[in-house]
Amino acid sequence: MTTEAGSETEVKKGSEQLGPDKGKDKPEEESETPENQKSREASSEEAQDSSSAPAPTSQSSPSSQKKEKVSPESKGISRFLPPWLKKQKSYTLAEPKDETKKRTTEEEQVVEESERQTPEGVAQPKKSLEEAGAENQRNAKADDKEKHSVPSPETQPAKEDGKEMEVEKVATGKEETQEEKEKRETKEVQTAEIKTEIIPQKSPKKIKTVQCKVMLLDGTEYTCDLEKRAKGQVLFDKVCEHLNLLEKDYFGLLFYENSEQKNWLDSSKEIKRQIRSLPWIFTFNVKFYPPDPSQLTEDITRYFLCLQLRQDIASGRLPCSFVTHALLGSYTLQAELGDHDPEEHRSDYISEFQFAPNQTQEMEEKVAELHKTHRGLTPAQADSQFLENAKRLSMYGVDLHHAKDSEGVDIMLGVCANGLLIYKDRLRINRFAWPKILKISYKRSNFYIKVRPAELEQFESTIGFKLPNHRAAKRLWKVCVEHHTFFRLVSPEQPPKAKFLTLGSKFRYSGRTQAQTRQASNLIDRPAPYFERTSSKRVSRSLDGAPMGISDQGLLRDFPATGGQTAGDKIIDIEAAGQAKLKEGGREDDGSPVKTPQLELTQDGKKKGDHIFQVKTLPGKEKQWTTMPWIAGAKPEETNKRHASRAEGPCTGVSDAAKSSHETLNIVEEKKQAEVEIEDTLVVDETNKGKMQVATDAGETCKVEHLSKKDSSSLPSDSSSSSSSSESEDEEVGEYQPHHRAIEEVIREEQEEEDDMKRKEHEEKTQRVEAIPEGSKLKVPVEHTQVTAENLVQENAVTIATEEKNLSEEIKQDLGEEKEEEQLKLNGDVSHVDIDVAPQIICCSEPPVVKTEMVTISDATQRTEISTKEVPIVQTETKTITYESPQFDGSAGGNAGVLLSAQTITSESISTTTTTHITKMVKGGVSETRIEKRIVITGDADIDHDEALAQAIKEAKEQHPDMSVTRVVVHKETELAEEDEK
Amino acid sequence: MAGLGGGPAAFGRCTHAVVRALPESLCRQALRRAAGPEVDYARAEREHQLYVGVLRGKLGLQVLELPADESLPDCAFVEDMAVVCEETALLTRPGAPSRRKEVEAMKRVLESLNLNIVEMVDENATLDGGDVLFTGREFFVGLSRRTNQRGAEILADTFKDYAVSTVPVHDSLHLKSFCSMAGPNLIAIGSSEAAQKALKTMQQMSDHRYDKLTVPDDAAANCIYLNIPSKGHVLLHRAPEEYPESAKVFEKLKDHMLIPIANTELEKVDGSLTCCSVLINKTAVL
Repeated sequence: MTTEAGSETEVKKGSEQLGPDKGKDKPEEESETPENQKSREASSEEAQDSSSAPAPTSQSSPSSQKKEKVSPESKGISRFLPPWLKKQKSYTLAEPKDETKKRTTEEEQVVEESERQTPEGVAQPKKSLEEAGAENQRNAKADDKEKHSVPSPETQPAKEDGKEMEVEKVATGKEETQEEKEKRETKEVQTAEIKTEIIPQKSPKKIKTVQCKVMLLDGTEYTCDLEKRAKGQVLFDKVCEHLNLLEKDYFGLLFYENSEQKNWLDSSKEIKRQIRSLPWIFTFNVKFYPPDPSQLTEDITRYFLCLQLRQDIASGRLPCSFVTHALLGSYTLQAELGDHDPEEHRSDYISEFQFAPNQTQEMEEKVAELHKTHRGLTPAQADSQFLENAKRLSMYGVDLHHAKDSEGVDIMLGVCANGLLIYKDRLRINRFAWPKILKISYKRSNFYIKVRPAELEQFESTIGFKLPNHRAAKRLWKVCVEHHTFFRLVSPEQPPKAKFLTLGSKFRYSGRTQAQTRQASNLIDRPAPYFERTSSKRVSRSLDGAPMGISDQGLLRDFPATGGQTAGDKIIDIEAAGQAKLKEGGREDDGSPVKTPQLELTQDGKKKGDHIFQVKTLPGKEKQWTTMPWIAGAKPEETNKRHASRAEGPCTGVSDAAKSSHETLNIVEEKKQAEVEIEDTLVVDETNKGKMQVATDAGETCKVEHLSKKDSSSLPSDSSSSSSSSESEDEEVGEYQPHHRAIEEVIREEQEEEDDMKRKEHEEKTQRVEAIPEGSKLKVPVEHTQVTAENLVQENAVTIATEEKNLSEEIKQDLGEEKEEEQLKLNGDVSHVDIDVAPQIICCSEPPVVKTEMVTISDATQRTEISTKEVPIVQTETKTITYESPQFDGSAGGNAGVLLSAQTITSESISTTTTTHITKMVKGGVSETRIEKRIVITGDADIDHDEALAQAIKEAKEQHPDMSVTRVVVHKETELAEEDEK
Repeated sequence: MAGLGGGPAAFGRCTHAVVRALPESLCRQALRRAAGPEVDYARAEREHQLYVGVLRGKLGLQVLELPADESLPDCAFVEDMAVVCEETALLTRPGAPSRRKEVEAMKRVLESLNLNIVEMVDENATLDGGDVLFTGREFFVGLSRRTNQRGAEILADTFKDYAVSTVPVHDSLHLKSFCSMAGPNLIAIGSSEAAQKALKTMQQMSDHRYDKLTVPDDAAANCIYLNIPSKGHVLLHRAPEEYPESAKVFEKLKDHMLIPIANTELEKVDGSLTCCSVLINKTAVL
């Protein structure tokens, strides 16, 4: 819990900017109650965000640029955020939602302040219109702010989430600082976080302690008292100290939600927040199985690894053949009993040990037989032999997770040192090595990996898996992030923190990587510690994970559960709650993700702003956006949840887009080509047979040459920007781009440094590739959209925005039944606000069609060839067509309008899901109301999508006769016959 | 005893081989994927005897030769009946119903070797040994007309130590119709599109990187690698008269003792070199 000095500068910035906020924070911090703490954190986060947001403005553009470079993602995010969103913050704050808690209001105020700053900042950049980038930055900032504001005002839960996020951030920051003080990578955001934490620490008096129990690998129990707010690291260090273990990075502490769901205690976060109402009972386990145990430095480390493996084997988690069971068992005997002694070791001496889940007499005889052959081996040698054999087992170090593939077939996902393995009934059906994986993400209960295109393939493909619930998805995602970082990176990546746009979890592995731990191990200079090998007789009992879990549960019951609800329930609540997030949401895992994204966005805002700037110029980035929203839309089931979530803020989709954009951005800037990144949207829905996703954005078609397909995609994104906010709202999302990290400055993959380069090239290539398909593949839906566009009648404020150069006006059609009127009024009110119109050149030229190859398959066996029915390969063609006026983007990005209000409304019918996002803002004295409607039409072939689309557009027009359609984006996903795809 | 087969270093070790004499019914009644010239029984027998002679005489293996059964025209292709890895033998359930009785004789002989025998009793499972490629580190199982998912699952359950990955096989009888192991870490692979595709799949599935030896002819990619203590790397491959281009490729293997073997007659009924034997490494008796 020590505070790190590294971030001071950053803090200062934040403090300066957010001076008032700080003050607020401090008092809050002083209060010791957890809630207060949370609020503090939230406030601190906000402060951070605000600080971050203002910082760019206040700072010269160059700084912002730098930031951009550093964290391209943030930029990407900002891009997404529409200018109006920025403004929204304040409005939202003003809105009554805040009522829930005073704290929230305070926070909001803070936010507002920050926001205020932002507008100023915006104005400044405007001054230097020359630098469109600056404007973009502003926008981005504003957007970020908006996001913040959106979540915070809406509900306290958001704040809580923010807290959680902060906590995570803080923790990460701490760890980093501790571990990597030298590096000093800590960023502003981190510092801010640190502050918050520190403060709580300062509050000295009310230290409550809790008794922790830790089940050790030898079956014994370790008990200690911990400060109630201690972080996982504290406990872990205590345990390792107790065990006399130095090479501890391979290990971790588990807690069980139930007999099956185990979670790794994040050492950078407070324990209490992680376990919630669960009893303080943990299990000390191996977390990263070293592929070559002989490289461990100390015998004691190998010993614990042996104990773990014996558990794994005895419990059946690590399957072995009969012969291997016998062999490993014999080494266990040799290690624990020494040489076979015919006198002492009678026939039955073995049956007290458990070597296998189903131990037979025959096996015991075999074990005894083999035991005799090991005569002379020391315990350490026997352990080494044990490990040499165990490490060759195919399931050694594979962490299995239940999942379903895109077709609903039960599979297992195995995370290991080398990558991700896909199993179906014990058979390996696919494998994705880490270098092949571009991105790992999760959204709700879906887990996605984005894979490099195969040799002859043009497109990256995203593969989706369905996890039992979103917690499982997040758990898997975390495990992947950790394994990738531990085994593939030289040093851990910095957590996304404020800089990142990451919508979802900011979680990153914060411990040492294998490379680092090996390095550290080399420095171990102590005589081999003496330790006693306990008999595995005991081990066999306590080893089993399941029993532990059960016991835990029992304990849980005994313990007064604050929440009372199970984690799962809570989650549900959160989702349902949507916008209004309950305190429950505040719980670290569940709540945090949602908030996190938002928070992150806000924090990122400054940087993002910069990025945004770029983004606007680069349409490609936007693509991603669009896709993401679409995705969100694609899942009808979740619409309700979405509503709630949408209000909150940009979700994963955004983050994804942002990230991808980041990567691409560099490239794009250079070449000014649209990025070719294919949308990551994975539609995991098993149901999707032909999904038509239509976003009706108004849009006159504007043509900008350089805006290529990406633009089209981007366009949707813009529209989505409004919508994006909603998208981002998706509660839990986490993204992790293994390779890209390098870009971020933080981490380099050993081998993959080159990859980045290649990647870029690759991306470029892909873009080109895409272009071709796009052109060729316009589809009917486009026509519809055009029709709508033509119909554009009139413009409100909207027109003004659009008017500028390109003529595009964007109007979002509204389903939003209720509040249009209100919004209109608002517009009028706001008119006084001056907005600079910095028309950015954003145009979409031809209806860009983006073709995305979606492969949802878990089967490597793949494609055509699988004789089995279950062949999980589904190829989908996704097309996105956008008609838009360039201005839209420009207006969005360039004009710093004042956001008066924003709302999202979702309605659902059998085959269509309509999400309406209404944004009111004032630009240059003109109030503008934008209505963005996202209509998702899902259905089989028997649904006439075109018809449905036309109908939807028609309805939208009818509903808002006084508005014009500025952009229409049609995103169509169709399953293709495998052969059809190139 | 080294466990897990002693690791990759021990790959190819072999002490025993099970073969079966050719029934005369083979000529007309053996299953074949495509009609073609009739098998010259006399010549087939000569080739087979040469094959057995190499295993027994030249390599010093203990060859257990089962008598032919005229009611089982395909009985010479013993490989399909059993998958033996280390001390465990999985008796298969061949995909061709007419061949299922062939397992009985195989069972008897394997029992005589004191192997741990696992029988595939699931009636939904089919597995031909020709679809099973064991690399020393893992299994690849071709999902073909003869082998299905369930069969592969049972194999995975039998050999729990190893990863078992499935590979779709089209356009050929078995997975090993176009590939085989030519060394401890070396996969011989045919040049056909299907073969290359299968190889790619295997490469993707594996944590390990194998070297590959690409030969022009798919059929020639089926060879037999042995690690004989006194002779080192031994490779039985198709004769230059049959596949001259492929033979040239094999001849580039410097460290291998190369033994060309003709298999022209049995090839007419889809027989390959590996088809005609089950190789067993019976380690020292404990």
